[in-house]
Amino acid sequence: MYGENTNGRIHFKRRFLRLREQNNFINRLDWGVILLYFLLVALGWLNIFAVVFDVQQQDQSIFDISLNSGRQLIWIATSVGLITLLMLIDFRFYDSFAYLLYAAVILFLIFVLLFGREIAGSKSWFTIGGFSLQPSEFAKFATALAVAKYLSHNNKAFESIRSQIILFAIIGLPAILIILQGDTGTAMVYSAFALVFYREGFSPLLLGIGVAVVVLFVLTLFIPQLYLIIAVVVTSFLFIGINTKKTKRIVTVAVAAVAVICVIVSVDFIVTDVLKPHQQNRIKALINPDADPLGYGWNVTQSKIAIGSGGFWGKGFLEGTQTKFDFVPEQSTDFIFCTIGEEHGWIGSMVLIGLFVLLLIRITAIAERQKSTFARVYGYSVAAILFFHFAVNIGMTIGLFPVIGIPLPFFSYGGSSLWAFTILLFILLKLDAHRMQILNRAQ
Amino acid sequence: MNMMNSSRKYVIRLTIILVAAIFVIKLFAIQVLDIQYKLKADSNIIEREVRHPSRGLIYDRKGKLVVFNAPVYDLEVVPKDVNLKDTAAFCKLFDITQEEFAEKLDAAKRYSYVKPSIFIKQISNQTFATVQDFLINYPGFRIQPRTNRAYTRRALANALGYTGEISKYQLERDSANYYRQGDYIGISGLESMYEDQLRGKRGVRYKMVNVRGVEKGAFQDGALDTMSIPGENLQATIDLDLQAYVETLMKGKKGSVVALEPKTGEVLCFVSAPTYDPNSLSGRDYSRNYSKLLSDTAKPLYNRPLMGIYPPGSIFKTVQGLIALQEGIITPETRFPCDRSIISCHGPHSYEDLKGAIEVSCNPYFWNVYKRMLNRGVSENTFEDTEIGLKAWREHVLSFGFGTTLGIDLPNEKGGYIPTPALYDKLYGDNRWKFSTIYSNAIGQGELQIVPLQMANLAAIIANRGYYYIPHLIKSIGDGGQPLEKYREKHYTTIDASHFTPVVEGMAEVVKTGTGSYRAKLKDIEVCGKTGTVQNNGEDHSVFIAFAPKDNPQIALSVYVENGGQGARAAAGIAGLLIEKYIQGCTERTQMEEYILKGDFYD
Repeated sequence: MYGENTNGRIHFKRRFLRLREQNNFINRLDWGVILLYFLLVALGWLNIFAVVFDVQQQDQSIFDISLNSGRQLIWIATSVGLITLLMLIDFRFYDSFAYLLYAAVILFLIFVLLFGREIAGSKSWFTIGGFSLQPSEFAKFATALAVAKYLSHNNKAFESIRSQIILFAIIGLPAILIILQGDTGTAMVYSAFALVFYREGFSPLLLGIGVAVVVLFVLTLFIPQLYLIIAVVVTSFLFIGINTKKTKRIVTVAVAAVAVICVIVSVDFIVTDVLKPHQQNRIKALINPDADPLGYGWNVTQSKIAIGSGGFWGKGFLEGTQTKFDFVPEQSTDFIFCTIGEEHGWIGSMVLIGLFVLLLIRITAIAERQKSTFARVYGYSVAAILFFHFAVNIGMTIGLFPVIGIPLPFFSYGGSSLWAFTILLFILLKLDAHRMQILNRAQ
Repeated sequence: MNMMNSSRKYVIRLTIILVAAIFVIKLFAIQVLDIQYKLKADSNIIEREVRHPSRGLIYDRKGKLVVFNAPVYDLEVVPKDVNLKDTAAFCKLFDITQEEFAEKLDAAKRYSYVKPSIFIKQISNQTFATVQDFLINYPGFRIQPRTNRAYTRRALANALGYTGEISKYQLERDSANYYRQGDYIGISGLESMYEDQLRGKRGVRYKMVNVRGVEKGAFQDGALDTMSIPGENLQATIDLDLQAYVETLMKGKKGSVVALEPKTGEVLCFVSAPTYDPNSLSGRDYSRNYSKLLSDTAKPLYNRPLMGIYPPGSIFKTVQGLIALQEGIITPETRFPCDRSIISCHGPHSYEDLKGAIEVSCNPYFWNVYKRMLNRGVSENTFEDTEIGLKAWREHVLSFGFGTTLGIDLPNEKGGYIPTPALYDKLYGDNRWKFSTIYSNAIGQGELQIVPLQMANLAAIIANRGYYYIPHLIKSIGDGGQPLEKYREKHYTTIDASHFTPVVEGMAEVVKTGTGSYRAKLKDIEVCGKTGTVQNNGEDHSVFIAFAPKDNPQIALSVYVENGGQGARAAAGIAGLLIEKYIQGCTERTQMEEYILKGDFYD
């Protein structure tokens, strides 16, 4: 009796523990991020409908799968399936199979380069049946896993040149393959890992130099070379003037000045000889879209007109004209922000930006609370990749950034990108939910 | 390391917030502060489509349609949508060369890549019928219907005028800013005089278009749209059948025929010969036809009834007689000997009274009348006396509507000239001229100049016994049924009605017994007329004014045939036929018609 009772109690206790474990898992999921995710996906879906909505057709349904909005709903539904799958996979899988996933993705990227299909100038698509898949989208989370994995067992990675080279090779390899596919925009996303490296102790000086080069590059496009060189020389002398005693400082400043002048002089060469004509035009359009509003300036000009015409409150849902009448190109995907700007005005834009800021800050907070380096690095990778997409995508629609064809996460139309971002985000949530166990395991 | 990195986490968050803040600020700048994007957005999608009103129609006095709007078709092109596989076939279909095609397409592209511009103007109805089935094969090309002025009869060209694209000069002068480049406007004749009434009011439709210019519905549900209001129809005073008949009679001659209804001043026919087909100045061949007409030595574009300034000749003797009666310097019974030593004369007569003098057109009689008029002994000085006389005489003459434009509703009217003392002062010097210097005026020669319209008006004045209405061609505008205000006003001459009797009697005798003017004599209608022959370098010009019937006249007219020989020969014949046709509706005098028709009076 007693024994039976004990047995029964133990059995009950096990069941209770398992239940509690499941309960714990559900409770430990970061519902704030999940809420933000579904908010963005739903708003994106509504806006995709606003893009395809035709004023002259009476009964258009948002569910119609001949429209982008209907198809996006399929992508959303399958994403929910994906999420369930990700939650069921053991959290240790990502850590253990990080390099394997990375290798598989690299293989895919090579395959697509060899056998892929060319859509809109880039050979980055697999077509299976009626669906097109873009492996480069999935390379992002795999690379993030690989970087996290590498940093998790190389604590002092940023103190050795060798491990730094390996790290840059991990992100460089997919980036180069994607450039070879002809999709420079997606490749540029990999520069977002700089933020992760910074967090993990990479020298801010080198990052600073990188940023300075970019800033200088942009400045040379606006300001004549001669003025810049004069400015550099004058600043150098000011630096030297303050610290005349230290000869080392003088040498450093002189070398830096010469390097800067070299960069300035080389910009012309880079712009005219390295960049492709359409890339040159995108930079020119950024500087002065009015120079050729019907040509290379068209996208930026029309995008700004659409957003600018939204005013404070916007024109209202489905009331946008610029996006509806096809003045803005690629409006379901890369220029989806125009619909927000036009139909929901400054208020709507601010709400959307606010949602993204909340999401990004939340993700950095999640990353910070991880006990393992792997999960933390992965978390920052997610934040960095999403931040890069957010900044570049919105930046280009309002003329603050050259036009680089990358989607707005969770928002833009497209199965590959929605799936890839979903995977990227929910791996983090899975890791986060098990953060206590990860700690145990690491110890 | 953790310490350092925890400060870095704030740097990262700050970066995120900073970028978001920059976006929000930039968005505020372009969405709220800068309104130019709103304007640009509107100009992107709003296309202003002008609704052209249909131009008013013109009917004749019997309600017959004279001018209407015929559909024509412009071929428009939107260069962006053009996708021509077989240019040669296209060119063949529209009858243009490949070079023209390339040139036109280039011009269209220069104007706009996405907006339609006219590719081929005014495709005729027949061409349209043949091409419309093929158009579906030519994306980017479409047909835009429009209307052109068209004329039911090959008549009245000189009065109707024509329409055409507005000129740069007219655009600049358009202070009301009504017209746009490419608008059609009345260029001459009634079309230009009644432009304001005929043109109607343009409407505007604002529509939304997408980036390819495809219509996407009305802007703001048409709240800003306005309807076009069609132009007002005009009813002309012209009898189109009569007009065409007289134009036929005037074939092969140079000159003019103007007939008026004396009681109203309505112009019944208004012929300038030679004339042309009004349809030739409407449509795509306008410029070619216009320059052809312009270079024609017989000057078909010269509107002779209004612009042909001639000395009036003997018909002016009626005016001299009337003024003299009014001034009391003669009575109907006053006789003067036909002293051919002072001025030449013709025909067997010697001592006529006023009626007889008009009948035989006695030159010495009117020499005497004019002398009495000018020299009345008001001043001791002959020169001054003449000047005073001339001034008083001129006042009377002006009251007949001579010397200034009458104000007909047609452009380019000339007023002629009635000499002033100032003219003679200039010609001969102050106090250096007297009656003997200027006596030619007595018989309608000398410095007198009038236009055929004024001659017809003179006939109307005599028919009315002393008054006239300004001749006009439009009796009713729109539904109002009234002519313009100024054509409803009676103008009296300085001559009392009673003085007209001897003149009318004399004119009746002219037709009854005159040597050449018998051609105007009709069986049942008593016609009053006066011939005139105006000396010319070649054969004399032939003039005839008439009205009929003598009592309660229905028609007054002037016929002027250049080089027509003795006035009676051609002019009186035409006048007779015209009166007969108007009052009786037909003529039985086919011989007379033949005589007039075969007479070629100029080469």
